[in-house]
Amino acid sequence: VTESRIDLPQGTLDLLILRILALGPEHGWAISERIQQVSKDVLRVQQGSLYPALHRLERRGWIKARWATTGNNRRAKYYDLTKTGHKQLEAEESGWKKLAAAVAQVLETT
Amino acid sequence: MLSDLLIRLRSLFRRKAVETELEDELRFHLDCQIEKHLRAGFSAAEARRRARLELGGFEQMKEECRDARGVILVETTLQDFRYGLRQLRRSPAFTLVAVLTLGIGIGANTAVFSVLNCVLFEPLPYPKAGELVELRQIAPGAAGLASFSDGLRLSPSMYFTYARQNRAFQSLGVWATGTASVTGLATPEQVRYVLVSEGVLEALNVPPAIGRWLSRADQVPQGPKTVMLSYGYWQRRFGGDRSVIGRNITVDSRLREIVGVMPQGFHLVDADFDLIVPIAFDRSKLILAGFGYQGIARLRPGITIAQADADLARMVPIWMRSWSNGPGTNPLFYETWKITPALRPLKRAVIGNIGNVLWVLMGTIGVVMLIACANVANLLLVRVDSRRQEIAIRAALGAGRGRIVKELLLQSVLLGLAGGALGVGLAYEGLRLLVAMGPAGLPRLTEITLDGRALGVAVLLSLLSSLLFGLIPAFKYAGPRISESLRSVGRAATASAERLHLRNLLVVAQVAMALILLVSAGLMVRTFQALRSVEPGFIDAPHLETFRISIPASLVATPQQVTRTQNDIADKLAQVPGVTSVGFASSMPMEGMAPAWDTIEARGQAHPGEVTPLRLFENVSPQFFHTTGTRIIAGREFTWSDVYGTRPVVMVSENLARELWGAPSAALGKSIREFSSMPWHEVIGVVQDVRENGVQEKAPAIVYWPTMMEDLYGPHTFDAVRTVTFAVRSSRTGTEKFLNQIRDAVWSVNSSLPLATVQTMQEIYARSLSRTSFTLVVLGIAGAMALALGIIGIYGVISYAVSQRTHEIGIRVALGAHSGHLLGMVIGQGLKLTLIGVGLGIAGALGLMQSLSSLLFGVTPTDPLTFTGVAILLALVALSACYVPARRAMRVDPIVALRNE
Repeated sequence: VTESRIDLPQGTLDLLILRILALGPEHGWAISERIQQVSKDVLRVQQGSLYPALHRLERRGWIKARWATTGNNRRAKYYDLTKTGHKQLEAEESGWKKLAAAVAQVLETT
Repeated sequence: MLSDLLIRLRSLFRRKAVETELEDELRFHLDCQIEKHLRAGFSAAEARRRARLELGGFEQMKEECRDARGVILVETTLQDFRYGLRQLRRSPAFTLVAVLTLGIGIGANTAVFSVLNCVLFEPLPYPKAGELVELRQIAPGAAGLASFSDGLRLSPSMYFTYARQNRAFQSLGVWATGTASVTGLATPEQVRYVLVSEGVLEALNVPPAIGRWLSRADQVPQGPKTVMLSYGYWQRRFGGDRSVIGRNITVDSRLREIVGVMPQGFHLVDADFDLIVPIAFDRSKLILAGFGYQGIARLRPGITIAQADADLARMVPIWMRSWSNGPGTNPLFYETWKITPALRPLKRAVIGNIGNVLWVLMGTIGVVMLIACANVANLLLVRVDSRRQEIAIRAALGAGRGRIVKELLLQSVLLGLAGGALGVGLAYEGLRLLVAMGPAGLPRLTEITLDGRALGVAVLLSLLSSLLFGLIPAFKYAGPRISESLRSVGRAATASAERLHLRNLLVVAQVAMALILLVSAGLMVRTFQALRSVEPGFIDAPHLETFRISIPASLVATPQQVTRTQNDIADKLAQVPGVTSVGFASSMPMEGMAPAWDTIEARGQAHPGEVTPLRLFENVSPQFFHTTGTRIIAGREFTWSDVYGTRPVVMVSENLARELWGAPSAALGKSIREFSSMPWHEVIGVVQDVRENGVQEKAPAIVYWPTMMEDLYGPHTFDAVRTVTFAVRSSRTGTEKFLNQIRDAVWSVNSSLPLATVQTMQEIYARSLSRTSFTLVVLGIAGAMALALGIIGIYGVISYAVSQRTHEIGIRVALGAHSGHLLGMVIGQGLKLTLIGVGLGIAGALGLMQSLSSLLFGVTPTDPLTFTGVAILLALVALSACYVPARRAMRVDPIVALRNE
C-alpha cells in the first residue's frame, strides 16, 4: 500500500471499465488488475464497487456478459463492449477530456 | 432497453441461476486475488485474508449487484413477504390474536356497511326508481293528526282527482294492505293482500313473472273479479305451476280469476303480500273523506319533487269542489286542515327513520375498528420492540431504512389481509344470520347481500388498517437512530420514556373510545329501562294470545249475524281450558293497523270555527278491557245487551275525559257524537290511557265505540266491524295444544274462518320496542368489544412496562422498597392512563351523544348517571387489568432482576 495510490473519483469507474473492455473481452478481476496496471498502480479499483458497476453497465446494455474458459482452464464471466457501449465510450471519453482540459486550464491560469 | 427488460426478467424468474452466477463470479474473483497474493509470497492463510478484506462484504456486494440489476423491488418484496410469513408463523399466539382482532373488526364493519349500503344507498329494485315518489301530504290544521308519522293518507276521491288532473306524473295510484281468507284450497287460510288501484303497478313498472298485470277493466266495480299472486304464494300454494293463470280462487268468499304472478323479490313499497287485489272504487258512491290509502306515483322525466308538490297543491281545491261528504256538509271544511302535499322519494318512505340507527351503528363499529387497530399496533410495538436487536443487526449488515420499514409494513399488510379474509367470512355469515333473524323494523331485509362494494370496503379496510397500525412501529423502529438501539440492547435499566410514550397514547385513545361506546350502550340501556317502565295500558302481555278474524259479507250477511258469530266465538274460546277471559277489538294496541280517526263533538261544548282535534277511534267488545287488563277508571265496560240493543253508548280514554270534562268521573253521563246525523252517545266508562302507537309515543286520546253501531249513512241501518283481533287471557298461551284448541273453538262456530296473525301480546309489544332493542343489542356488543379490547390494551401496556422495569424494580426492592409501594406505583401508572382516557372520552361523548338523541327515550344524552357509572366501571376494569402485572412487580426477586443484565 503506497501513498501514491488514489481512489477513483465518483463516476469514472464506468468510463475506465468501458475503456478497458474496448481492448477486448475481459473478466472482472482482470479488469481491475488492468486498470491498476495501466495507471501504473496509481488508480486503485474498489473491488466492492466493481461488480455492482459491471452489473449496472450490463443492464444498460453497454456491455454484455458470457461465460468462458480462462487460460488455466477455469470458467469465468467475460464482459465485452456492445455497439451502444462503443458509442457511450466515445461520448464519455470526449466528455472526460473536455472536463480534464478545462480543470487543467483553471489550475494553470490561477 | 430491451436488454434492460430481459435482464430484469431473467433476474426475476431465473433467480436461482442468476444467484449462482453471481456467487461463481465473485468466487472466481476471490480465487484470482488469492493466487495473486500467493505469487507475491504471502502464506496461504494471509493471502486468503487479504483477498477477503479487499473484496469487502460478500453479502453486501451481492445485494448491491442485485440492486444494480434492478430487481430490488419485486425481488425483495417477495423476500420480505416470505420473511414476514415466517415471522408470523413463528409466533402463532401473536398472529392469532392480531388476525382475530382484525377479523372481528373488519367483519363487523363490512357487515354493517353492507346493511347501510343495501338499505340506504342502493336504489329500490324498480326500473328508474329515482322517479318514484310517495304521495304524502300533511295536514297541520288537523290537530291530533301530528302523532301519525305518515301524514294524511289519500281518500279514493282524492285519487280520482289527482289521477285525472295531474300534469306532473306518468302514473299515479293508491294502495292499502289487508288480510283476507282464501277458501277452497285445502284448509281455509288467512293471507296478506295489497289492494291496488290502477296506476300502482304501472308506476312501479315491474313486469309480471307470468301472466299479466291487473288491467283497467279489472278496476271497475262491475268488471271481472281478478287477482294476482306473489311469487312466494304461487310457489307455496301452487308449486310454481304455470297453468294457474286462468284458474279461480275464492278470496273472502268471492271467486277471483288469477291473471298473473309477480316476480320473486317484488315488494309493493315495504309491503310483503300474498295477493294483489284490484280496488275497483265505485265512483258514484265516493265522498271526500276516507283518508285510508297510501299513494304512489312516478314523476314525469325532469319534474322535480317541488314541481310535483305544486301540481298537487293546485289540485287540492279542485278535489274539494268536485266531491262532497253528503248533503248538508260543508265541502270547504277541509280548508281548515291546510292539506299540504309533502312528496318524498319512495326510498325515503321505505327506509323510514332506520337511517339514523344505521349511521349510529356504522359510527360505533368504526370506533371499534379504531380500537382494534390500536390494539394490534400495540401488539406490533411489543413485537418489534423485542426484535430491536435483530433489526439493528440487519441495519448494520446493510439493510436500508426503507427496506426495514417495508418489511415491517409488509408484515402488517399480511396481518391485515388475513384479518380481512376472516372478516369477509364473518360478515357473510353475520349477514345471513341477520337476514334469517329478520329484526322487525329493518326495511329491505331481503335485498341485503355482501356485494362488490362491500368487498371493496373490506379490502380497503384491511389495507388502511394495516397502514394505520403498521406505520406506527415501522417509523418508530426503523428511524434514523437504529444504531442507538443496537447499542442500548441488553442495557435496559429503566424503560425509556420515549419508547413507552407512544404506547401510552394508544392506550389513552383506546380507553377514550371505549368510554364513548360504553356511554352510548349505557344510554340505550337506560332508554330501554325507561320504555319498559312505561305503563303500556295492558298487563301481563305474555299471557295474552291474539289473532285476527275477518268475517266477509259473503259468508255472514247481516251485522247482527256478524256480532252473533263473534259473540259465539268469544263464548267458545272462554270454554277452552285455562282461558280466564276473552274479548275482541278492531285492533290491539301497538298492532299497527291503519288507524281510524275523526273529530267528535261533545254535547254542550260546541266551539264553532275552532278546529277540533282528531280522536283515535277503536271498536271494542264487552270484556275486552277486562281481558287486556286495561283499568276502568270510572263507569263500566260495554255489555252484550248494549251491543245487541245498539244502545248509544261509548267509552273514552282517561286523557280525553280530562280534556273534555276535567275529570274521569265527570265524563260519565256526558254525550258525544261523530257527526250531526249521528245520535248522541252517552259516555258510560273511562279507561286508562293506552300507548296505542308504541311505548315511545304519547298515549292518544281514544274514543271506544261498540263493535256494532248505527251506520254512518243514516238511522236504522247498522254496521258491524267485520275484521277484529281477539284477545284471549290464559296461562297456556303459545303452546301448540292451546293454539289447536283455540282454532277448534273458532271452527266449531264457523269452519270457514281462518285465524290470522296468531301472536301473543308480548310479541306485539316487543316489536314496538324492536328498534330500541336492536340498537341496544348492537351497541351493547360494540361496547363489550371495546371494553374487552381496552382491557387487553391496558393489560398489555402495563405488563410490558413492568417487564421493562424489572431491573429498576429489582434495584428498588434491593434498596428496601415496600411491595405495597411497588403495587401502588404500577397501578398508579395504569390508573393515570385510564383517567386521562376517561377524561377525554367524557369530553368526546358529551359532544357525540347529541347524535343519539333521536334514539333515546326518557333519558338525556348527557345523563350524569350513565356517564359516572361508565367512568367508574372503566376505572375499575382498568384497575383489575393493572393488578396482575402489578402483582408480578411485587414478586420481583432483586437477585434475579439484577443478574438479568
